[in-house]
Order: sequence, then structure tokens, then C-alpha cells
Amino acid sequence: MSPEELEQIAEAERERQAKFKHRIKVCMAAGCVSCQSEGVKAALDKEVAARQAAAGGGECDCEVKCVGCMGLCAGGPLVAVGDSALYQHVTPEDAPALVESVGGAPVSRLVCPTDVPFFQKQKKVVLENCGNIDPERIEDYIAAGGYTSLMQALGDMTPLQVISEITRSGLRGRGGAGYPTGLKWSTVSKAPGEKKYVVCNADEGDPGAFMDRSVLESDPHRVLEGMLIAAFAVGANEGYIYVRAEYPLAIKRLRIAIKQAERLGLLGNNICGSRMSFHLDLRLGAGAFVCGEETALLASIEGRRGIPRPRPPYPAMEGLFGQPTLINNVETFASIAPIIRHGGEWYAQIGTEKSKGTKVFALAGSVNNTGLVEVAMGTTLREMVYEIGGGMAEGRQFKAVQTGGPSGGCLPAQFLDMPVDYENLARAGSIMGSGGMIVMDDTACMVDVARFFMDFCMGESCGKCVPCRVGTYHMHGLLKKITQRRGSTADITQLEELSDLLKNTSLCGLGQSAPNPVLSTLRYFAEEYKAHVEEHRCPAGVCNSENGDDAANEPPNPDAPVAIDLGSGKGGDQ
Amino acid sequence: MIRASTIKTLKIDDRDFSARHDETILDVARQNGIFIPKICDLKGLSPVGACRLCLVEVKGSNRLLPACSTLVEEGMEVTTTTERLQRYRRNILELLFTERNHVCSVCVSNGHCELQTLAQKLDITHVHFRYRYPNLDVDASHDRFSVDHNRCILCSRCVRVCDEIEGAHTWDFMGRGIESLVITDLAEPWGTSETCTGCGKCVHVCPTGALFEKGKSVAEMLKRREFLPYLTQMREEHS
Amino acid sequence: MSFVTAVVCAQSQHFAGEFHKLLLTALAAKEGKLPVTPDPNRPAPPSADKRWKLVEATMRRMGNSPRGLIESLHTVQEVFGYLDLDALRFVARALRVPLSRAYGVATFYHFFSLRPPGEHTCVVCIGTACYIKGAPQLLAAIKQELGVVPGQTTADGKVSVLGARCLGSCGLAPAVVYDRDVAGKVTPQALRDHLAKWKSHVS
Repeated sequence: MSPEELEQIAEAERERQAKFKHRIKVCMAAGCVSCQSEGVKAALDKEVAARQAAAGGGECDCEVKCVGCMGLCAGGPLVAVGDSALYQHVTPEDAPALVESVGGAPVSRLVCPTDVPFFQKQKKVVLENCGNIDPERIEDYIAAGGYTSLMQALGDMTPLQVISEITRSGLRGRGGAGYPTGLKWSTVSKAPGEKKYVVCNADEGDPGAFMDRSVLESDPHRVLEGMLIAAFAVGANEGYIYVRAEYPLAIKRLRIAIKQAERLGLLGNNICGSRMSFHLDLRLGAGAFVCGEETALLASIEGRRGIPRPRPPYPAMEGLFGQPTLINNVETFASIAPIIRHGGEWYAQIGTEKSKGTKVFALAGSVNNTGLVEVAMGTTLREMVYEIGGGMAEGRQFKAVQTGGPSGGCLPAQFLDMPVDYENLARAGSIMGSGGMIVMDDTACMVDVARFFMDFCMGESCGKCVPCRVGTYHMHGLLKKITQRRGSTADITQLEELSDLLKNTSLCGLGQSAPNPVLSTLRYFAEEYKAHVEEHRCPAGVCNSENGDDAANEPPNPDAPVAIDLGSGKGGDQ
Repeated sequence: MIRASTIKTLKIDDRDFSARHDETILDVARQNGIFIPKICDLKGLSPVGACRLCLVEVKGSNRLLPACSTLVEEGMEVTTTTERLQRYRRNILELLFTERNHVCSVCVSNGHCELQTLAQKLDITHVHFRYRYPNLDVDASHDRFSVDHNRCILCSRCVRVCDEIEGAHTWDFMGRGIESLVITDLAEPWGTSETCTGCGKCVHVCPTGALFEKGKSVAEMLKRREFLPYLTQMREEHS
Repeated sequence: MSFVTAVVCAQSQHFAGEFHKLLLTALAAKEGKLPVTPDPNRPAPPSADKRWKLVEATMRRMGNSPRGLIESLHTVQEVFGYLDLDALRFVARALRVPLSRAYGVATFYHFFSLRPPGEHTCVVCIGTACYIKGAPQLLAAIKQELGVVPGQTTADGKVSVLGARCLGSCGLAPAVVYDRDVAGKVTPQALRDHLAKWKSHVS
């Protein structure tokens, strides 16, 4: 494969596409598939074929095309006819009307307005192809300019130049912690080792986050291209994508993408005639949130229990099979090709001073427009909720926005005008996380939300270190007691004590950040805790005393300090 | 011969020390009589950093670091005992006491138990977290040994010694989080294990009374660990 | 060690599967038959069930190495529906993984099940968005209808109920997966109707 051959493929694909005068695009990402978009696609195919037969056969001038996520999951299934008309809540029965509308007047009852902030306010870099290309055809990706960045890197740049371009872009890890990507790449490239690995973390475990899933389902080649460029930059020749088993469609499309790339010589030995070789394989997660932690993820790829280990040594020095390993998340890799194509400077112009570029958010919860959005860093929460999100659903009152999943926090209305970036979120007591953004209204009880997340952390704790294993258990017990309206102020003090312990002594990020939802709700919704423990009532009306009741099994006064029976022995050796 | 560059100098609690580059903070402390509490670590087994009792403060690091698995560095300044560290250590020990059913006066390891010793050293007499009282089994199916899960603190010493020293890998963990348990083979009774060699190393490295020899009185149930440094040294010389 | 295995072992694990295939084809072309010499060190599958071939194929693709444990267990669960002790023992032996480690892995990851699943599975997403939008009510409906909680199977073996951490269908919260089909914005009534359909079906 040479740049010329790549251009030939792109040209052939563009010619193929030009043969069709009209195009109907059906969203085939998981959101719409779960509202039966496959049925819609089949009905559209049938309708187009029937019309063509009625017209006496010949060249068909209308293509019905599968595409990835168009963003507005709340309106699914989504269908786009031509370049302008977007339709929502389409059913198979609507197929004749839609096909009829091709080249004519739109079907007004199904129209989804696109001149609204949800579409206008977005800045698409990572999602530029989502909803436009067929994720199962590499030609479509190539026709959209795909793999040219790889060609550029391999042909015109040195690994060092690639790294400095990424450094210049100011890109930071999109998995949550926001570590500078260029710095990470540079560390791995300098690390001594005969073999190096590039690993894509697609174990999107945060509940309420589906950015990575949508990117993988809608534009898998973009992730492959990012990984290839990374492999070139750090000198790796083997890579893995660790993807959740809960994402069957993403797995299927990744498998297809890898096969196609191998067929075209974009993966394998001597890629594009260069000396670079890169082999890529998938590894499926098996339902363990802690595997999002990088050392646990590596253990899992090695076929072991997903147990984190102390860092240092960092994976950049000693990672998979003991070799230097670059681990980035899906969105990070998906940002690479545009950065190489347009330059680091271009990317650095987007966003805020310390958080450059764009961020994909999965907007969910009590807003009208739930779905996938990509905005420039620094967009305010108010814009996210009231403009892009289309305001609160059912005219409800805004209460909080939760970012960062179980490691993040709940931010109240006072932060609505805060520009969203890594620093601001951290200052406010939350984190960027992978990009889940869940809007909560006045029907949500913040103590119950804290209990929900602690239940999650307790269930996902690997059990290796004592503070996380036992601490999350106790914190969950205390929160459960409070939501059962049996709590006291002493319980809140103990929650604070345990929060401090877990934050400072847990081995990995799961335990260290597990107290965040508790701390942020204690900080901003103290009056709700107060109502629960002092007046024994839940202001939102969520908590009731039957909540998983096990009060009967508890000792009479479980909260009095218990003397330990230390026996009379003098203890063993130390 | 040891090259000068592999020798690091560091400060622990304001005292100067020198150490080999591949030694941990805990190694240096141990050699010089500085007490750092720990319970998962055992000299001769790989460090895992699980119990978090040996966390120390290192100047310039915003996180507390486990002494058992942090290698010494040139110019490192370590503080092993502060009011905050002691508070965390007491909290962690309390968590261990509440996790399962530790009743020293009826325990076979009473008097030789590391958990008990640490509690005494750190002046813990009461636990202010709620006891969990799990309902756990005792497996006495093995001819010579028993495992009482009520006293297990999941330190993984048995797992490591069986894998790293004996090479049988009979032990491992099942489940996760608070539900974790040590198991033999496919979580089958120890006595029916196909892989257990009956060497008893796991029993002797167990810090508590979770693994014990049958038919021994409290006074006799001393854990003997001389084999560990001996075997480790022999192997190093052969490799 | 046979010639084929020796060569395969010398290759990187990634290529092992492909290489094996290539060699087999080359040899078969030469001799006119497939050189199937059973390796005495390799354990035999627990039964003559043809599905073990799929499991063995995965293990081969993973170079029959311990690092292939999770992938191989995925295949076992995919083709048999769950992991029983015989399967664990077989995979552990074939990949040279200690038994306790295999069991540890199988119980660490919640995706794996050591019990046979029901005829139908109903996965309720209990991610944040679904939780906020009514997953607890769905679980209550299930408990009422079937008397089971996530992780359990009805006594008649008809329905297994599972909870998922997040299906990533947050835009459609609350989400439920009936067998393999994802449904969004599920109401307790819609869920009851679906369960009733399963109940009445005799398959």
C-alpha cells in the first residue's frame, strides 16, 4: 500500500458513491439498533428495490447505507435522507414515505430539526465521520480521508516528529486522569526494551458512559489508525484492544475492521512498504470494572485476575509481559489522526488554556436530548444541559450533574456556568472521567445516588488491598443505613473518616476515588444528609425504609465501639 | 563486586542510610531496626503492596508509598511514623478485625499471631467500625492441616509461597472484593486436592490462625519460617 | 514434541494459529492427508461433544499458552452457556494453568457463570442513567413476577435474571436485554408483558 494506492481506493469509492443520486443513511449504532433500526433498514431496502423494479430495473440511483451514531440517541431510530433531512423515531412502516421524499419535500411529521444547539453547538473532531460513513467498509473510511495521517507519519515524519506534534497539540488522556499524551508516548519511546506494545483501553466501565462504544461502533478504523501512528511513534510492533464483552456490536465491527486493514496491508508486516510491522488483536473483558485500571487491564490481557499492582514500575517502563507498553483510551487514539492531518497547533487552538481540543460526552439522565455530543473543552455545564441537552425533561427542576462515574462527583446548580475542563472539574470535587455526564432532577436523592455508587465500588473492588475491600463495604453499609433513615450524625463522621482513609491509602484509582461521590454530595447536598439523619426523612421521596432491609439481623446496638478480644497472648513475630 | 552507582543513599526518619539499588524502603528499615508495620509482606516472597500498613511518607511524593514495594532512590527522604500514618494504620487494622471473626482467646495462634501483635503494638483495644460477622467455613478435610476462613485476612502469603517456593500453585483466590476467599484447586476440599504436596509451607507463612496444623496446642502452634530465607538463598545461588 | 508444535512454539504467540493452519495445509498437500498425531501431553476434552473443537481452536489460536485462559473461557461459555468444573479442569490442563488460578479467574469476572443459564436471560442495566430512570422499579417487577433477583435463575429453569453495570445504552434508559435483543425505555409493564410471553412459550 502506497499513498497513491490509497488515493486510488478513495477515488474508486468516491466514484462508486457518485453513481447514486440519492442516499438514505440509517443509524446502525447500538442505541438505534435497540430501537429496531435494522427493521427500518430492511424496509427501506425493500422499498427501494420495489420502486426500482417498478421503474423497469436498471441502475439504482438511491443507496440505503448503514452508518454509525448520529448522536441524538433519544430520537432513535434516526434516518438521514440526502444531506439535509434528518428523521427521528422512524418505524419500518415509514419506509415508503421516506423513499418517496427523496429529492422532494421532507416528511414533516418525522423531521428532527437540525438547526438546534444540539447539532450547532458541537465541534466534531473525534466524531467527524460518525453518522456519515459505513463502519463496516474500510473504503468508506479511506474515501473520507482515512489512513492518510498514517501515510503522512510513515512517509514524511520521524517517530520523534510525530511525538512532538502530539505534544504540541496538548492532547491529554481521555480515559479520565488527563495525563499528557505526548509525554506518555515519549516515555514509552525512550524506554529500553526489545519488544513494545500498544494497548487500547476500550473497557469503558463507567456506568453512564458510552463514548468509546459509539466511536468503536461508528468509526473503528479511526482507532486503528491512531494505534498504528502510536506504534510507529513508540516503536511497538504488537498491540491489543481490550474491549468490554458487553459491547458485542463494537467487537464485531472491530473484528471486521482489523481483517480489512490486514487485507490492505495496513496491519501486518512491512506496513505500506516501510520497515514497520504491527499486529493487532482483540481481547475481551469479562465484566470487571477494575480492569479499566491500567495494571489490572494488563493482568487481564495476560489471562489473569484483573488485580492492580503498585506503580512504579509504570506500564510505560514495565507493562504487558514485562515490556514497555503504551496504554491509551479509545477517544485518545481516535484524536490522533486529525492531529497529524491538521497539525498540533490546530488542535491546541481548540479548548481552554490547560485542556486542549474537544471532548466527547455521553449526555444522559433527565435532559431532553440524551445522546452523544462532542464539544470544545471549556463549554459550560449550562450550555451542555440547557442548550445542547435541550433543557430538563418533563419540565423538571435541575438538581445536579454527575461526571466521572463512580470516581467522579455530583455538581449542583452553582457550577452551571463553570467551563468544563480537567482543572475546573477537579477543583469542584469531581473529575472529567471518560465523559459520562448524567443530569439529575429534583426527583433524585443525592444520598441514594452516593449509595448507588458505593454499591458499585464495593461490588467492583478487586479485594486486594484492605482499605478498598473492607472500607467500601463499611461505607456502603453506612450509606444504606442513612437511606433507610436509621442513620445518625456519627455515621456521617465515620463516612468522612473512611473517605479520608480510602483516598490516601488505597492501592489503585478505584479505591482512591471511590469516596468522591460521597464527598461531593456531602459537600454540596449536606442538607439532604441532614434531613435523612436528623429528621429521618428523604426530601426527594426516594428512600424508604424497606430498601433492602436487613435491620432484623443486626446486633442491638451495632454502633457502640466493640472491644477486641486480643486474648492474653503476647503476639507473634514481626 | 558492587558498582558505586548501584549504591543509593537515603534518609529514613532523619537518619542516613545507604542501600543497594534493588532494595526496598522496608528492606533498609528492617536491616536497621526501624519498625514499619506490615502484614502481607514476608521476606522471601514477592511484595504485593496489599495490606497498606507499611505506607510511608516520601518527601516530594504527593501519595503515600508502600515501603514493601518501593525501591530506594538517591536522596530519598522517608518518614515512617507520623500521627496521620499511625491513624491510617490503626484504621486499617480495625477494618481487618471487623471483616471476619477474629477472637484471639479461642484462636490456635493466640500469642503467635501477627495481627494480634500489631494491634497490641498500635494500642488498639476497641473497634469503632461495625463488625461484619460473616458466616464462613472451616475446612478440616486435610489430614494434617486446617483452614479457618474466619481468621483469614487475605494477605496472599499462602498463595505466593505455594506458587513461588513450592511451585504447586495449589492456593489462589476466588471471587472478588469483600467476597474473596482463598481456595485450593477448583475450590474443592483441601484434603482432596490433586496438587497439594502437603509440604505445609502455607501454614507456616500464615500470619494468623487461618492455616494451622491439626492436633497442636496453642503453645505448640509456632510458625517456623527459617526455610524461606534458606530456600530463597539456595535458589539465588543456583540461578 | 512433534515438528508442528516445535515450530509453533518458536513463533510468536500471535501467529501461532495462522502458522499452524498454514503448516497443516502445506503438509496435507504434500502427503494427501492431514497429519493428525495426537499429542500425548495434551488432555482430551471432557466429552465427545463436537463443541469442544471450537474451544480447542481458541486455545490453539492463543498458542495453548496460559495467557489464553480468559479467551478460552469466553469460548466455553459461548458454546456451552456456562463453565462447569470439567470444562475448567480441561482448559486449565490444556493451557498449563494451575487449577486454582483457573477457578480464580472464572469467579473474578462476572461475565462468567459456573451455573447453567435459564432458557431465557433477562439482563437489566443498572448503570447510573438507568438507575435514575427507573431500573429499581424494573427489578422490583421481576422480583414480583418471578421471585428472583439479579444473579438468579427461576426454579423451573426458564429465566435467568442478570444485572449489568452499564450497557452503554444510556440514551435509552432504562435498558433491558431480552436474550440478545436490547430494548430501551422499558417500563415495568412492558417488562411484565415480555416475561409473560416467555412464560407462555413452550420451547
